[in-house]
Amino acid sequence: MISPSDFLSLPFDDWVNIFVRDWLVPNFRPVFRAMQWPVTQVLNGLSTFFNATPMLIFTAVLSLIAWRTSGRGVAIFSLIALIFIDLIGLWPETMTTLAMVITAVFFCVVIGIPFGVMAARSDIFRTILRPILDVMQTIPSFVYLVPIVMLFGVGVVPGIIATIIFALPPIIRLTDLGIRNVREDLIEAATAFGATPWQMLVEVQFPLAMRTVMAGLNQTLMLALSMVVIAAMIGAGGLGLTVFTGLGRLDVGNATAGGVGIVLLAIILDRISQSLGEARAMRGPSLLATIRSLFSLRANKPPAEVERAG
Amino acid sequence: MKPKIYGNGLYKIFGGDATTAIDLLKAGQSKDEIYAATGQTVGVRDVSFKVAEGEIFVVMGLSGSGKSTLVRMINGLIKPSAGEILIDDVNVADCSDEQLRNVRRNKVAMVFQHFALFPHKTVAENAAFGLKIRGMKASERRERAQAALEQVGLGARGDSYPDELSGGMQQRVGLARGLASEPEILLMDEPFGALDPLIRNDMQQELLELQRTLKKTIVFITHDLNEALALGTTIAIMRDGVIAQTGTAEEIVGSPADDYVAAFTRDIDRSQVFAAASIARPATPLDLATDNAEVAMTRMEELGIDAVHVVDDGKLAGIVSYRAASAAHRDGLDLKDALTDDFPTASPESLLNDLYPLAGTEYPIALTDEKGQLTGIVHPQDVFQQLANEEEEEEEKEKA
Ligand SMILES: Nc1ncnc2c1ncn2[C@@H]1O[C@H](COP(=O)(O)OP(=O)(O)OP(=O)(O)O)[C@@H](O)[C@H]1O
Ligand SMILES: [Mg+2]
Repeated sequence: MISPSDFLSLPFDDWVNIFVRDWLVPNFRPVFRAMQWPVTQVLNGLSTFFNATPMLIFTAVLSLIAWRTSGRGVAIFSLIALIFIDLIGLWPETMTTLAMVITAVFFCVVIGIPFGVMAARSDIFRTILRPILDVMQTIPSFVYLVPIVMLFGVGVVPGIIATIIFALPPIIRLTDLGIRNVREDLIEAATAFGATPWQMLVEVQFPLAMRTVMAGLNQTLMLALSMVVIAAMIGAGGLGLTVFTGLGRLDVGNATAGGVGIVLLAIILDRISQSLGEARAMRGPSLLATIRSLFSLRANKPPAEVERAG
Repeated sequence: MKPKIYGNGLYKIFGGDATTAIDLLKAGQSKDEIYAATGQTVGVRDVSFKVAEGEIFVVMGLSGSGKSTLVRMINGLIKPSAGEILIDDVNVADCSDEQLRNVRRNKVAMVFQHFALFPHKTVAENAAFGLKIRGMKASERRERAQAALEQVGLGARGDSYPDELSGGMQQRVGLARGLASEPEILLMDEPFGALDPLIRNDMQQELLELQRTLKKTIVFITHDLNEALALGTTIAIMRDGVIAQTGTAEEIVGSPADDYVAAFTRDIDRSQVFAAASIARPATPLDLATDNAEVAMTRMEELGIDAVHVVDDGKLAGIVSYRAASAAHRDGLDLKDALTDDFPTASPESLLNDLYPLAGTEYPIALTDEKGQLTGIVHPQDVFQQLANEEEEEEEKEKA
């Protein structure tokens, strides 16, 4: 059989090598080093805090939060789950993982919400951003571990940076969606009273998009947790490392214990973050309505001709 | 007097560049022809109007006639494709964002058909919204918002959320939000459209009351002619983006400019529109100081009437019937002794509706102003004549 490669072969791998190794890394090393700095600071702070907090106090406080936000069931579940994690000897690993996940989510929020707001404000920005987000979500996470390692080295912080990249899209998308779905008549009312674009955002758009933004936060959190094991491959610690080493040594028991820890942590965080979005203070459109409009975005799009000055 | 709002040669074409569409309009093409040719919708075409300070300017017309487009041009929510719109001296169709914001913050407030209350804010916060946007201190704006809520009878509901209130209450909050910023101009786009008829009536009365006390300039949109007639100092009737007629309630109902306006006014209760003055005849009173019973008799004979009013020192003193005058003449009595004060009077502004009960007596109705001076008289048969007018006209048309 004849195939095109008989006549031509592209040295694609060499191109990438040249681009990354000979240009990107030497020229931008300082930039990438600088990017690690804030992540390191936040991580260290959280990590020290979580590891210094006595297990019982931490459990009590988290259960209390769960009770206040999500009700008794979730509180009891959190209590039992945390005690179980301690009993199987994974408490320190869980705290490390929690610190990593929260650090990643923190940066996702800090980066994602402004991007989401900009995407909601500008169709051009959104058109550019969309394919990038699609790529970020579809590239298997293994694939970009390599460039991450090349640019940032190995360790916990590069692991978190990989997590941030992986978990960022939902919060951007849902911030964008939430703001775009704010009722047109409310925007008009705020405009009619002379709101500046910033007042519009702070007074009307963001509060009303809050429910949707929180749904995005929840998804981002879940994605960050799902990266825990993969990040361990490039040197991140915590529960992910327990699973990873367990796999490497075919130590089923240890791997399973780590996995169970991750799942329990995921359930607790999922419940709490979900009910944050349902809180009464956030009287936005219901999530169901938002999701429904996601499928009819085109039909719902306000006519381009609705001009708004100011 | 200089108008408060002055719209001049306004056009709005939806859907892209307006120049060709405006040229076609000027060449006399219709809305449908332009849609067929360019795919653009004509919202408003060549509209000019003036709103005087302190009046209620009502814009009415069928759905899609361009009312909302017109009112949104006044506060710049929609930019006209051509023409100018002056609020005092600022042309809101062509000014900087900053200027426009200032107009919106300090001069013009708007009340919306579907209330457009912020669901995440309490009633008090909603009412204070305009003030907050303007940068007013929290304590001061809370006070002003509370005062506005009290004005609309919702002083006790400040801490509720809008979705806990009925439709009528929500619209009051919308009104309070508009009033709280103490605007000179209030734009109201079908504000009572979503309310049931009873509440609607109440709200209309309250609006009139507020208008009397606060003296705002109000532009009020409705598609209900009864509402327009009840509220409007001036009424503009829109059709397909143009103003078909502008005038007072009496002018619109009494002499509709075309069939479209006439069709609107056909089913109107005319007795609620026309004032007594519209059918008054000039009074020809006698003067107690100079005239005697004989003069009275001659005057009545000349005019072919059975009773004549008599004034004394400019004020209406009474009425004398032919029978009483001739009796007085025969007995050599004064005109004064033949007078009776048992006759109907009304003010020139009272509506025909209020004249019904008076029209049953034998004497004509005297119209007196607040100083007691006789300004005209209304003959009972004229009342019924005016009310029957419309039907007769129609019958004539059918015959023709
Ligand atoms: N944003 C828009 N884009 C395109 N066409 C529009 C837009 N807004 C209004 N129109 C069109 O302009 C015309 C006038 O609309 P407008 O909303 O001013 O009517 P209206 O008199 O307020 O009607 P209603 O009583 O239903 O509120 C209609 O034909 C409408 O379809
Ligand atoms: Mg309308």
